Amino acid sequence: MKEPKIKTRDLTLFYGEKMALNAISMDIPEKEVTAFIGPSGCGKSTFLRTLNRMNDLIPNVKITGEVLVDSLNIYDKQIDVVNLRKKVGMVFQKSNPFTKSIFENVAYGPKINGMNNKAKLEEIVESSLKKAFIWEEVKDRLHDSAMGLSGGQQQRMCIARALAVEPEIILMDEPASALDPISTAKIEELIFELKKSYTIVIVTHNMQQAARVSDVTAFFYLGELIEFGKTKKIFTTPDKKQTEEYITGRFG
Amino acid sequence: MNRKNRITGALFVGTTAFSAFLIIAVIIILLVVIIIGGKDTFSWKFLTSFPEDGMMKGGIFPAIYGTVLLVLIMSVAAVPFGTITAIYLTEYAKETSILAKTIRFAVRTLATVPSIIFGLFGLGFFIKFVGGGMDNMFLGGQLKWGQPNILWASLTMSLLTLPVVIVSVEEAIRTVPREMREASLALGATKWETIKRIVIPGSRSGIMTGTILAVSRGAGEVAPILFTGAAYYLATLPTSLSDQFMNLGYHIYIMATQSANVDQTLPIQFATTLVLLMLTFMLNLTAVIIRSRLRRKAK
Repeated sequence: MKEPKIKTRDLTLFYGEKMALNAISMDIPEKEVTAFIGPSGCGKSTFLRTLNRMNDLIPNVKITGEVLVDSLNIYDKQIDVVNLRKKVGMVFQKSNPFTKSIFENVAYGPKINGMNNKAKLEEIVESSLKKAFIWEEVKDRLHDSAMGLSGGQQQRMCIARALAVEPEIILMDEPASALDPISTAKIEELIFELKKSYTIVIVTHNMQQAARVSDVTAFFYLGELIEFGKTKKIFTTPDKKQTEEYITGRFG
Repeated sequence: MNRKNRITGALFVGTTAFSAFLIIAVIIILLVVIIIGGKDTFSWKFLTSFPEDGMMKGGIFPAIYGTVLLVLIMSVAAVPFGTITAIYLTEYAKETSILAKTIRFAVRTLATVPSIIFGLFGLGFFIKFVGGGMDNMFLGGQLKWGQPNILWASLTMSLLTLPVVIVSVEEAIRTVPREMREASLALGATKWETIKRIVIPGSRSGIMTGTILAVSRGAGEVAPILFTGAAYYLATLPTSLSDQFMNLGYHIYIMATQSANVDQTLPIQFATTLVLLMLTFMLNLTAVIIRSRLRRKAK
């Protein structure tokens, strides 16, 4: 059995007085797709954001327990958050391009990491856009504003932007929830392709999507990890009654 | 009862419409009077020549020059300082911290201080304390910086306009969406890189608006420069920061109260007022246009 890419141990998170995550322990496998499902407010997005320490930005958050990425505790004092976020990329629910050109968007990450060689940058931008299946659509207008792209294109460009810093893990927070069915299908196809090289963790509201794209599924409810296992099993013969009720649509 | 309601309603509508009309009327009367009074004197030559005959003839070039110089130096001081303060307030200070609350309170208070107080502060602080101190320390007490000049007047004016800059820039920074900052941070950017590459470029139009509003305010105020650098009449243009200068607003005040023959300078007063009004109207209009574009973008 391969060593898991990410391990959490008794991860507990408070927003002020309110407990949002209760002692979550989970092993996320390398180069597979792990889906987080559960009703709104169950803590799945919060949990996702602990994996690259995006919750650090919110005041009054208190975290205990451990998150180990490649066996290193990312909440350790010696960990450089900037390096962590290069290794653990993120794609957000709402596509969030910068008000810059497509090229500048994708080149942003490499540039802040000190890459100044123009030819090398062009190469990175091209390969990242290709990996995100959007190169053909934008190759003739790389220097146009990214704001002119459609929602689905923007989201794939944001994925390309995340890939450009060469992460090992990609966190996706409901990446297709604001998109039409065709764009959603493209994103799913892309996820399928990306898992060959990256460890992917995806939060989704869409049961079918979780069933289609993921290898492993975690079901969250009220800040607790209710069930975690092979997607096939969770969707066919879940152990817990709550899981079954949720995926069959009886609540949530 | 119904009928009575209708009459009160109509009366109320009439009253509000009348008040609104009054405001428009005031503006129109003001403009018409100034334009009629100044139009014969207003000319290219008026804008580009020096006053003559004890300011009863000639132009107002030194006053325009001095005003422009004043707002330029003022902007160089107020805009960076105000922008940095706004960045600190929005990006670094915790909203609820005592320090942030104190700064905000100070900014609000500064905005309500009567302008003459700034003039007195400038006299006491910049001229007597800083300037006098500089003279004592470097020039062995010889009077150079310890007297009114364009530098101290500009710095005094920049204090007055600082709140305008801070508020405009703060507002612009808040229109930069949180999602964009998160995107930048998630790519491994530090907070400073995010501010430099995402937040400041995204607030450029706000910084611009703030600058223009500050300049327009600074161009019209007289009280802060009364004791700190404005001169009654100068035969030469200021060439050094330690020189005094002439100023449009102050020039109007001087001609209206101190000139040998107030009636004879009346056309010049009107024309000068016209120049000052046009200058501030134009600046305000530009600021309004930029700001409305910014607001539309934020939506």
